[in-house]
Amino acid sequence: MKESALQVEKPEESPESLRLKSFQDQIDEIQTKLESMSKAAPQNKLSMIVFSGDLDKVLASFVIATGAVAMGMEVVMFFTFWGTPVLRDKDKEAGGKDLMGKMFGTMLPKGACSVKLSKMNMAGMGTKMMKSLMKKKSVASLDQMIEMAGELGVQIYVCEMSMDLMGFKREEMIDYPNMSFCGVAKFLEEAMNSKIQLFV
Amino acid sequence: MSEEIKVEKVMDLKGMPCPMPVVKVSKGIKEIQVGQILEAVTTDPGALADFPAWARTSGNEILKTVQNDGTIRFYIQRKA
Repeated sequence: MKESALQVEKPEESPESLRLKSFQDQIDEIQTKLESMSKAAPQNKLSMIVFSGDLDKVLASFVIATGAVAMGMEVVMFFTFWGTPVLRDKDKEAGGKDLMGKMFGTMLPKGACSVKLSKMNMAGMGTKMMKSLMKKKSVASLDQMIEMAGELGVQIYVCEMSMDLMGFKREEMIDYPNMSFCGVAKFLEEAMNSKIQLFV
Repeated sequence: MSEEIKVEKVMDLKGMPCPMPVVKVSKGIKEIQVGQILEAVTTDPGALADFPAWARTSGNEILKTVQNDGTIRFYIQRKA
């Protein structure tokens, strides 16, 4: 009785059309979910934080970065804290620094050629030995690796806060094709969209 | 057998350590057409694991690997 009454009231809503409508609703829901999922899916990207300023660790970072480009990945490197002075240019000077800035400038390595090993540095002897060994075994130097990364399109971001803290100026950084300055949010945005995230 | 493989380009990567062989090959493969074959010669023993891994991720195919007196020859067909 009730069913027939319903049918009389809404003759167009036959069981078939009701089923079709629920199918349509389900498809719509799946489509919305798919769209949001594909937006959130990580890209074929590697994002790396280079926190250390040691020769070995920074070299490893660039080996991974260049290798990842070869594997078809997009690569983003974030230099922060002790990693920041590695990107200074040894031939550039920046004026207008306060006392602390001058002190950091003198005490921290000036560019990739003056960074030290994290272990077995032995007052610089260990680093010297490692560098000559690398040359002998034709392992690329850190300078060469940075240049290659630039050619391969590795994006470098430098932490603005570290720059400010240590008193580094933008004009004393190396000429790197894809280098810009940012804060933590930019890194997190990149990291969220990356398949791989590393902290070195 | 090797006569059947028509090599378009040969890359001499001897003496180069990681990551150079893979970096160079990923550049070199773009200089040939899809379907053509690149021959890469390396002395890096790590390449035996690295090249297949690179080929799988980049979508290219290693048709043949020949090891001889410390050199490794890869015949790679560009697929994509």
